[in-house]
Amino acid sequence: MNLLEIKNLSLFKEGRPILNSLSMDIWEGHVHAIIGPNGAGKSTLANTIMGLSGYRDFEGDIFFEGKSIKSLSVDERARKGITLLFQEPARFEGLGVSQFILAGAEDKSRAIVEDALQRAGLPPEKYMARAVDKTLSGGERKRIELASIYAMKPRLVLMDEPDSGVDIDSVKYIFSVIRELRHMGSTVILITHSPEVLKHADHAFLICAGTLVDKGEMSRMFDYFNGKCVPCVHVGQPTVDAAVQPLTAN
Amino acid sequence: MAEQAIVDKEALLAELLASINQHKFAPDVAHVEIHGNQVLSRHLVEGLIVEAETIEDGVKVHIRVKKGITLKNPVNFCFGLIPDNGVQRIIIDTVIGEGAHAKFIANCTFPNAVNIQHLMNATITVERGASLSYFERHVHGPNGGVTIVPVTKVFVAEDARFSTEFELIKGAAGVIELDYGAEVEKNATVDMMTRVFGREEDRIHIKEAAHLSGEGSTGVLTSHIALKNRASATIENELIADAPYARGHVDCKEIVQDDARARAIPVVQVNDHLAHVTHEAAIGSVDSKQLETLLSRGLTEDEATDLIIQGLLS
Ligand SMILES: Nc1ncnc2c1ncn2[C@@H]1O[C@H](COP(=O)(O)OP(=O)(O)OP(=O)(O)O)[C@@H](O)[C@H]1O
Ligand SMILES: [Mg+2]
Repeated sequence: MNLLEIKNLSLFKEGRPILNSLSMDIWEGHVHAIIGPNGAGKSTLANTIMGLSGYRDFEGDIFFEGKSIKSLSVDERARKGITLLFQEPARFEGLGVSQFILAGAEDKSRAIVEDALQRAGLPPEKYMARAVDKTLSGGERKRIELASIYAMKPRLVLMDEPDSGVDIDSVKYIFSVIRELRHMGSTVILITHSPEVLKHADHAFLICAGTLVDKGEMSRMFDYFNGKCVPCVHVGQPTVDAAVQPLTAN
Repeated sequence: MAEQAIVDKEALLAELLASINQHKFAPDVAHVEIHGNQVLSRHLVEGLIVEAETIEDGVKVHIRVKKGITLKNPVNFCFGLIPDNGVQRIIIDTVIGEGAHAKFIANCTFPNAVNIQHLMNATITVERGASLSYFERHVHGPNGGVTIVPVTKVFVAEDARFSTEFELIKGAAGVIELDYGAEVEKNATVDMMTRVFGREEDRIHIKEAAHLSGEGSTGVLTSHIALKNRASATIENELIADAPYARGHVDCKEIVQDDARARAIPVVQVNDHLAHVTHEAAIGSVDSKQLETLLSRGLTEDEATDLIIQGLLS
């Protein structure tokens, strides 16, 4: 069953199409990956699904459980169970790690914070009393973001490069949170540049210059990382004029 | 009659302490409670001298921590007025003796204020190698009828440390005219922090200044202010570095909502090429990225804003 349906989504910035008539079906309970070169429009797509400011004016529609969410605000979408792990998480002066993790959690217990931190591989005794501010390293910050998403128990989570800035020893915690989310019944959309992360997905979408150029088959998707960006012909240089063959709807 | 006065004094003391959620102190905790121009109670510990003298509209207080003494527990001061109007003038002269270390917590409480003036004039000397950390918390009633004018001059001698925190988060600020200035000698450190939440018609003027006159001295001036309704604030942070290896940082953050207005006037000046001073300021509405992160967790805009402000002021 489709949890999320993206229908002919086009988004323009400064007159330039960033997303180009994208249509995607997101199946409930699955882990989907979105891959594609820098500037392809992956973060733009995630931000548009979340409804962030600057991403609300688009053509086409987005349906969650069969209903359009186009007119819903970010918090209304979040209360339906949609959330986003930002590619570059915000830093909050003075806001405690526990407070931050509990912000979106229904169960506001200390046990939830401890469990979430442990899942993200962060010893609670070391992190609970700290602030989500600039004293955290980039990787620590990212993992706290992951912990807060875990505590929220979302229906649909968009993860924008959950592994970026996270050391090789600690990516395993990211994978374990993804597994645990799936186990809880959450649907995951993973945006990634890493073949390691891609292994945790059931399906993938390849986006190039805002256009969906391939989807499905994981084996073929791995070719993308082997430098054979077929049929994406212009890795690293996404331009409007580029000859991208959009995937025809099926 | 005398008995009546004693009962009143105890009732006042109880009321004063209740307003700051403080009830009993352990025997090894020094504390001094002053209501209006009257010392209600005083309990001291070894190495600490507190002398108070009543003046017409307040008290003159001399505080001394003897040379080489380290006070194990913070000294608790409580200044306040229970009635809804009046003036309380506090003139304080504090000396932290050479090598001594102390922490002071001052609670200033005006729970029923309609028209109260709290005027504080302090001079603080932290002698060579000594340290003082001073924390002042204000508890005001909801009506904002308080004008507070704390003027403090601090002298931080060689290798000494002084830190101060001023917090007014609960209750209406009213009118605040805060003026802190410090003279910082060789290898000495000063750290000033102000956290104020201004609401309704509050008018806030904060001036924090440090003169880094000694080699290797350091100063950090921080003000975190949140304003809503029609409140207004002007923050002046002045850091002047005059000596080699002096280091300073100014951090001014103001979150402004509704029709509130904020102004920041940072002055950073370096008069020695080996000194280094940095400055960061951010004034405006709540940061959109922070807001959207919390919105994406399902908080409403109001809930998210409150949480961000709570963090900034914590
Ligand atoms: N506000 C904007 N104005 C103009 N162009 C924009 C704006 N925001 C994004 N873009 C452009 O849209 C394109 C897609 O950006 P996006 O951040 O979605 O890429 P991405 O696929 O997430 O890339 P990366 O892998 O580097 O994170 C980029 O070319 C970017 O420069
Ligand atoms: Mg991106």
